[in-house]
Amino acid sequence: MTGLLTLFYKELLRFWKVSLQTVLSPLVTTLLYLLIFSHVLEAHIQVYPGINYSSFLIPGLVMMAMLQNAFSNSSSSLIQSKMNGSIVFMLLAPLAYWEFFAAYVAASVVRGAVVGLGVGLAGLWFAPLSLAHPLWMLAFAVLGCGMLGAAGIISSIWAENYDQMAAVQNFIIVPLTFLSGVFYSIHSLPPFWQAVSRVNPFFYLIDGFRYGFFGVSDVSPRLALEIVAACFLALSLATLLLLKSGFKLRK
Amino acid sequence: MTLPALEIHQVYKSFGRVQALQGIDLTVQQGEFFALLGPNGAGKSTLINILAGLALADSGKLAILGHDVRADYRQARRSIGVVPQELVYDAFFTVREMLRFQSGYFGIRNNKAWIDELLEHLALTDKADAYVRHLSGGMKRRVLVAQALVHKPPVIVLDEPTAGVDVELRQSLWAFIQHLNRQGHTIVLTTHYLEEAEALCHRVAMLKQGQVVTLDTTANLLNRHTAIQLRLKLAPSCLPAALKELSCGQDGELFKLSLRRHADLEGVLATLRESGIEVEDLEMVKPDLEDVFLELVK
Ligand SMILES: Nc1ncnc2c1ncn2[C@@H]1O[C@H](COP(=O)(O)OP(=O)(O)O)[C@@H](O)[C@H]1O
Ligand SMILES: [Mg+2]
Repeated sequence: MTGLLTLFYKELLRFWKVSLQTVLSPLVTTLLYLLIFSHVLEAHIQVYPGINYSSFLIPGLVMMAMLQNAFSNSSSSLIQSKMNGSIVFMLLAPLAYWEFFAAYVAASVVRGAVVGLGVGLAGLWFAPLSLAHPLWMLAFAVLGCGMLGAAGIISSIWAENYDQMAAVQNFIIVPLTFLSGVFYSIHSLPPFWQAVSRVNPFFYLIDGFRYGFFGVSDVSPRLALEIVAACFLALSLATLLLLKSGFKLRK
Repeated sequence: MTLPALEIHQVYKSFGRVQALQGIDLTVQQGEFFALLGPNGAGKSTLINILAGLALADSGKLAILGHDVRADYRQARRSIGVVPQELVYDAFFTVREMLRFQSGYFGIRNNKAWIDELLEHLALTDKADAYVRHLSGGMKRRVLVAQALVHKPPVIVLDEPTAGVDVELRQSLWAFIQHLNRQGHTIVLTTHYLEEAEALCHRVAMLKQGQVVTLDTTANLLNRHTAIQLRLKLAPSCLPAALKELSCGQDGELFKLSLRRHADLEGVLATLRESGIEVEDLEMVKPDLEDVFLELVK
């Protein structure tokens, strides 16, 4: 276990040393969304009865920030180690591929949680927030960050340079998080876009996470949890197989 | 019977159309100080990377102290410490942090005493808390050496360890490596400073285009491969006809003969005596690895 714990600790220390970039900056960006959208739309929209728009918005923004930061943590750390060659230190060590996986995913979860907690706490200043089902909330948070941590490992193994890495982030991860019902309930969308949203796994993450706060959701939280858990398992399995094969890491 | 430190059997590796290794066979015994020489692109780093698990062979078997590098990769990696050729470092961390992490990756929890000793031996003590990115090239190289040694590996492999390290530090680095060798560590190095290999290594393998072209003790290589040059000052200053075929030039008064073996000297002296020529001065110039190397690379 020492190997795994060391790698985990190294990953935590890495993002903590540059927390201005990795924690504070996403915190500020997310709060700006909250400030602007809640201010503009507060008076016009009520998604769920009895829940004002700012309160509705907060869990969505928290989850969005968590997902993006969890992805960013494993992907930027690995692509940097790959590009500057320092990945050899890990490859030379007798670390098992599953230890490598566990350490990077766990660090992604922590980074996601730190940013998410920050956004959530700061959000309380804008609007009140209930916590109807904390364990559900936690389950979606952990699975979501885990999913994106694994996705970050896969993309950084695949990417050959920073450009390709940024492309995955900007053209896949960011759109998927934005189009997942952070700012609206999918019931407010036309049927076609509702159908599209339902194949976006991030939609279930946000919907389920929100259920944890308000006890209301667009789809059954059970179904959402099952889908999210299945996605997490599938991505983890893919990552583990990739790491085991040494694809692009061991030439 | 003791296990060999390294057992390499019929290893092939290609990168696309480049055949980097073409059937390498090599055994290094425990306690040896072994050099892997060869021109750029010969495949030295590729072989080391495959041993270390950084690259995967297309075919063939490699074992470190009996541990197969694929099937038993954990034990194999614990048995070997590799100093990579490239000057790599992680920009986020200090020297001490890097060494602590590396220890941890190898499952070692509290390694402070040994890390301090390594820092001392490698003259890095006052840089322990500096970020590796702020160090000079030679210092970065020594950090790499320290990282390779955190787990006290029985087999130590250094890929061009003295490139970019200044002369004085090179001496102290070698003194340290020799010290480790005397303690029983097996050392394998590649270098293009041939005098280093000559001074330090018991045995040498020369690689060329992915094949081992020579494998022998350093002493044998020097005896076998290149002629010994005999320089003679004679009175009267003329070379008997019988010795003309050995001649390889003349430098003023100095006749240069090339001998296959030291034993040939007797014949030369006998011929001179019979011809009534006196030897005023005599010098034997031994070939160095560079000559052997150049001869093979030709
Ligand atoms: N990752 C790689 N991709 C493609 N070709 C490579 C790679 N690594 C090494 N080679 C090629 O394999 C050959 C052997 O290289 P290398 O082992 O680095 O030689 P040496 O260390 O003896 O200088 C060279 O022709 C080199 O270009
Ligand atoms: Mg090389």
